[in-house]
Amino acid sequence: MKAMNIVSAVNDALDIKLTEDKSVVVYGEDVGYEGGVFRVTEGLQKKHGVERVFDSPLAESGIAGTAVGMAAAGLRPVIEMQFCGFIYPAFNQIISHVARLHNRSRGRYRMPIVIRLPYGGGINALEHHSESMEAIFAHIPGLKVVVPSTPHDAKGLLISAIESDDPVLFLEPKRIYRAIKQEVSEEKFSVPIGKAKVLSEGTDVTVVAYGAMIREVQKAMVMAKEAGYSVELIDLRTIYPLDKETIAASVKKTGRIVFVGEEPRSFGVGSEIMAVANEEAFLHLEAPPKRVSAFDVIVPYPRGEHHYMITPDKIFYEIERTIKF
Amino acid sequence: MFDQFDPADDKMVQVIDNNGKVISKELMPKLSDEEILKLYKDMLFVRTLDQMIVSYQRQGRVYTYPPNYGQEAIGVAAGAVLRHEDWLVPAFRELGAWLAKGVTMREVFMFNMGFEEGTKFAGANHMLPSSVPIASQLLHASGIGYAINYQKKDEVVMAFVGDGGTSEGDFHEALNFAGVWKAPVIFVVQNNQYAISVPVKMQTASVNMAIKSKAYGINGIKVDGNDIFAMLTVFRYAHDYVRTEKQPVLIEAVTYRKGAHTTSDDPTKYRTTDEEKEWDLKDPLRRMKLFLEKKELWSDDKEKKLVDEYEKEIDRQFIETEQTVQYPLEDAIRFTYAEMPQDLRDQQIEHEKFLQWKNARK
Repeated sequence: MKAMNIVSAVNDALDIKLTEDKSVVVYGEDVGYEGGVFRVTEGLQKKHGVERVFDSPLAESGIAGTAVGMAAAGLRPVIEMQFCGFIYPAFNQIISHVARLHNRSRGRYRMPIVIRLPYGGGINALEHHSESMEAIFAHIPGLKVVVPSTPHDAKGLLISAIESDDPVLFLEPKRIYRAIKQEVSEEKFSVPIGKAKVLSEGTDVTVVAYGAMIREVQKAMVMAKEAGYSVELIDLRTIYPLDKETIAASVKKTGRIVFVGEEPRSFGVGSEIMAVANEEAFLHLEAPPKRVSAFDVIVPYPRGEHHYMITPDKIFYEIERTIKF
Repeated sequence: MFDQFDPADDKMVQVIDNNGKVISKELMPKLSDEEILKLYKDMLFVRTLDQMIVSYQRQGRVYTYPPNYGQEAIGVAAGAVLRHEDWLVPAFRELGAWLAKGVTMREVFMFNMGFEEGTKFAGANHMLPSSVPIASQLLHASGIGYAINYQKKDEVVMAFVGDGGTSEGDFHEALNFAGVWKAPVIFVVQNNQYAISVPVKMQTASVNMAIKSKAYGINGIKVDGNDIFAMLTVFRYAHDYVRTEKQPVLIEAVTYRKGAHTTSDDPTKYRTTDEEKEWDLKDPLRRMKLFLEKKELWSDDKEKKLVDEYEKEIDRQFIETEQTVQYPLEDAIRFTYAEMPQDLRDQQIEHEKFLQWKNARK
């Protein structure tokens, strides 16, 4: 075991896969020599060589599009979009080809591509550096979308993502990149894609969250505990395919559900969670399912971001309202 | 050759003139009479197949189809240089290259009848499906080129795009990535003068398309795309260069789309008959036929007999395809993922319950 944060856990997963599988290549803007602007790939080029871990020209469509060709030719590219909000030029390649070449070729060409995306707000950054776009990708047939919230899951999920024969959008909660330290095995292990995790068992309300919001919910749960409420916390870990069973089983037990996400509310992941609660556990509901999400606005510049970000007291407020309904 | 035909001087490689007369002997590719005849027959086959698909479309037996009419020399010459291990990254108007790679007529028919199965190209080694978003496929070629170098393989990628595609960002990113990576890719621009209705002068202020190579530090060359000998000479040269130098190349093949953009398009709305007549004289089959007749290798009788044979075989295979194709429900679902999510499986099961109910009502 070794103390790791999310940065070092992702680095460790990449190192393990680069070591054991020669078809794995890692590239993107500043990914090679410098080791990425968040230093996630630090040291990997030195260890695995410039042909396997390298800097690409500064063009997101080019990064995603060339990964399609590499995957067709038998490689397993792990590409980085420097920030989630920089991914827009690559939409055509991701939606038109990464997600579709398997279908278009009737399974002849698999697309084992991992697209790493530092995502989310709360870091006082420039515009386009704080987006949470998981719902957009989860809506695209052909893609899988993964968001770890801990160093352990970051390592295990990334190993699963690289080994997946389907393309995976791997969203890294950059706000907590170095905020959490955890003892993580140095051995290879994987966390399955498509499985949520019940982080805390409880009886009064189910809270569903993922990524950087898990830590905020856990802070709210301290307040909830003081108020005498028993909260069951589910970490989705994978957005698509969604683990409906775990959510439904929990709601059937607690009768109440609150979703917490830093995404804009409308048509988001939270909307899907509401649908699951209603479709799968309707007769067990004792209060309306509730979304605690960001406004349907562009992430404000840093001085206004506190209006946008979901805070523990806001989460507690909605938990209590739902329980007292 | 790249120095001799510098695109900055707007020079164009040509071997025969409009009357089939050899105008540059030194550029004539080495070919036996048999090989020369095969090139012509391949173009004739593409033209026959192409025209028959258009007529099937008019009969409502296939959906939208983009005709190759007038551009046959480029695809056929490409097919003549591509080896089994080489990659073909197609656009959608290079049928000769498709067939040479091993795409079957059944697949061509199925694609245009509306089956994804028609773009699997199961028997065509190292060929990607046709790509609809213009120029996006060129980046795949650059990525394949990277993989070829990384895997230390002796393979070449040939990727196609039209003149309109050179305006897309992906065209420029693909050339740039390939240049930086020294990817063994032959980028082929089929400059057929129109992007649907938009003439090439509205696409670019460049003197030609080949010159765009210079911005990316790679070689480019402009060729008469209606001159199959010129195409073959340049493709052979480029293939050898890309393999040995590990450098990409940009080839502009100057041609003319004699047909419509697709069967849904009407070119009389945006071009003149005078212009069409001028290009009729440059037609690739006409020019090669005149060349063959001078050498007494070909005649109208031979042509008629061969076209009859082609038509019979094409129609036989078309009817066989029509009668045997199926699109079961699961085919609409099962290829979305390599590993199908349970929820998607459940969606299919839910729909099948509805179908059972529907059938029980009959």
